[in-house]
Amino acid sequence: MADPRLYQIGTLAVLLVYGIGWLEFDITPVRAALILASVLGTQWLCDRLSGSPARFASTSRSALISGLSLCLLVRTNDPALACAAGVIAVASKFLIRIRGKHVFNPTNGALVAMLLLTGNVWVSPGQWGAAAFFAFLMACAGSLVVTRAARSDVTLAFIACYGALVIGRSLYLGEPMTIPLHRLESGGFLLFSFFMISDPKTTPDSRAGRICFAALVAATAWYVQFRLFRTNGVLWSLAAWSLAVPALDRLLPAARYIWASAPAPSRSTATTTGADSPLTSRAA
Amino acid sequence: MKRLFFGAALAATIGWSSATIGAFCGFYVAKADTKLFNRASQVVLVRDGDRTVMTMASDFQGDMKEFAVVIPVPTFLTREQIHVGDKALVDHLDAYSAPRLVEYFDDDPCDRRRYDMAMPMAAPAAARDAASRAKSLGVTIEAQYTVGEYDILILSAQESSGLETWLRQNGYRIPSGASPVIASYLKQNMRFFVARVNLTEQAKLGYAYLRPLQVAYESPKFMLPIRLGMANASGPQDLFVYALTRNGRIETTNYRTVKLPSEMDLPVYLKDPGEFSTFYKAMFTRQVERQDRSAVFTEYAWDMRWCDPCAADPLSADELRRLGVFWSGDTRGGAASAFLTRLHVRYDSAHFPEDLVFQETSDRSNFQARYVLRHPWTGAGSCPAAAEYSRTLVDRHTREAEQLAALTGWNLAEIRKKMGSDVAAGPEPAWWTRLWK
Repeated sequence: MADPRLYQIGTLAVLLVYGIGWLEFDITPVRAALILASVLGTQWLCDRLSGSPARFASTSRSALISGLSLCLLVRTNDPALACAAGVIAVASKFLIRIRGKHVFNPTNGALVAMLLLTGNVWVSPGQWGAAAFFAFLMACAGSLVVTRAARSDVTLAFIACYGALVIGRSLYLGEPMTIPLHRLESGGFLLFSFFMISDPKTTPDSRAGRICFAALVAATAWYVQFRLFRTNGVLWSLAAWSLAVPALDRLLPAARYIWASAPAPSRSTATTTGADSPLTSRAA
Repeated sequence: MKRLFFGAALAATIGWSSATIGAFCGFYVAKADTKLFNRASQVVLVRDGDRTVMTMASDFQGDMKEFAVVIPVPTFLTREQIHVGDKALVDHLDAYSAPRLVEYFDDDPCDRRRYDMAMPMAAPAAARDAASRAKSLGVTIEAQYTVGEYDILILSAQESSGLETWLRQNGYRIPSGASPVIASYLKQNMRFFVARVNLTEQAKLGYAYLRPLQVAYESPKFMLPIRLGMANASGPQDLFVYALTRNGRIETTNYRTVKLPSEMDLPVYLKDPGEFSTFYKAMFTRQVERQDRSAVFTEYAWDMRWCDPCAADPLSADELRRLGVFWSGDTRGGAASAFLTRLHVRYDSAHFPEDLVFQETSDRSNFQARYVLRHPWTGAGSCPAAAEYSRTLVDRHTREAEQLAALTGWNLAEIRKKMGSDVAAGPEPAWWTRLWK
């Protein structure tokens, strides 16, 4: 099977071009290049320092995905902060690990860290608009990616839970269906569902764990958004529940995910590894 | 007694005539203020943390006894949280932030100094009975105040039908589609702020127009309820939001926020009376269409302490405080640090199904809807640079005409006709440019 990350990189790149070219995203091509350079540079450096057996040709794909996602989401007027987000995204994979598995989705971790630590970064969830054709396009492209990455379960569970909560609330309030549909048609929501929460390296290893995880993330995101009235509920929720993934893995153990293109590591090196080396290979 | 029912967005049914545009001190500056748009309402939102001060200006021009406003508010409001503001403050904010037309004059091409000079800096109750009746309908009159010329009620209700009946019995004209909207707000524990004009108080105060109502409250909800206003709307409505924040510009989180095209060179005939306002209205309408009628537009985003060029002076610290900038006392001597975002949205229920939700960003970059006229140099020159200059002028005028056509959707041939001698020197546009206009 081809490396699913290549599809993901392609889709994210198309989205970025669309965002910059047509949706007037608050990011210039130069800024995007800067973010990509910072993630790739950090990945290369961390690979070297950690003595990772994984080749840069493989690890750079993960870094590129983080970088492209950051380009789509992080907004700041300070180029240094944009670079810092890139560095944090990749460095967190090496520095924040539990039982050899990195804790935060790199993009999500970097965004939450920047939002918490600096007052000069923001995320614009409304900028995608709700054009139906665009949502449809993203969903198709995204589903291709997740199916190939064998993590469509977490995406589907998340969409089902979050959708049920959003629609359920509107039904309770007696709002017309156009309201919850408008909320779910958002490009930002689909981007999160198909490209962020689906990250096979940070979701629980077992299917039951992943579905449980998706439900928890959805419920908390909904609570933050519609009960606390704070924006970016999904980002806060994913970061918070990422901390519970080690516990979910302990309760519901399963084999860890490995990227199709990553070299199969020997068991002895796997326990002390860099970002993309699994502890155990997938059975299939 | 029949009263007009206004939804949250304070939709007005009576339009304004087009603005008269005046010239200032030799240099012409035109602005496209809110008076250009019929059925426009204006809301000033001062927001920091969870604190909000909302000023609602109505352009209502009918019989005062017909005026009523019903607004969902997130919290209970005490008498001290309600105030009647000064319309002049909102007008000043409008003038300061309005899209503007500026002009430059080309230099003598034979003069070696080449620079652009920015010219325009022209600054230019039968109480008990009522309460028991209300109670039987499940409606609670939580408070009742007279503030300035307004009689104000804060209502809560168990059932939307009760509230609707109560409002109808009390002479408020409720549109038929409002009931489910009221119900959903009630389920979210929102209160209804109901205001009407107390004619006796108004006669005593002597105001011939309605002053804006101001409310201050603390709630995590940073939103504007627009759904009620759409229930009885016959077409799209224009809403202007002026947000004063401490850190940076605001944007909507559930709709796209788009900057209007700006900094364009346009034909100088737009300086003629009425032309700029016609241009701005046409341009705005076209941009709304381009964004599938579902975007919010940024017209201005600027640090309140300065402007360039100034369509009007920045607001003073005292004016800002009166609009609700509660942190203005924080600064020692200097002007209050407030960042102004002016958003313009044309909404209808088909394209704006839910209320507007905002967030404050830390983006302090300046933006203004600004359009530029460049007057050609008219002197006689015989140097080679003058000949070159004449050649560039033809291209420039052609570009200006095309830009104007692209921004407004107007016919290029007609634009060229209006430009007169400016484009006469240039070649006629190809026949196919008129084909699909």
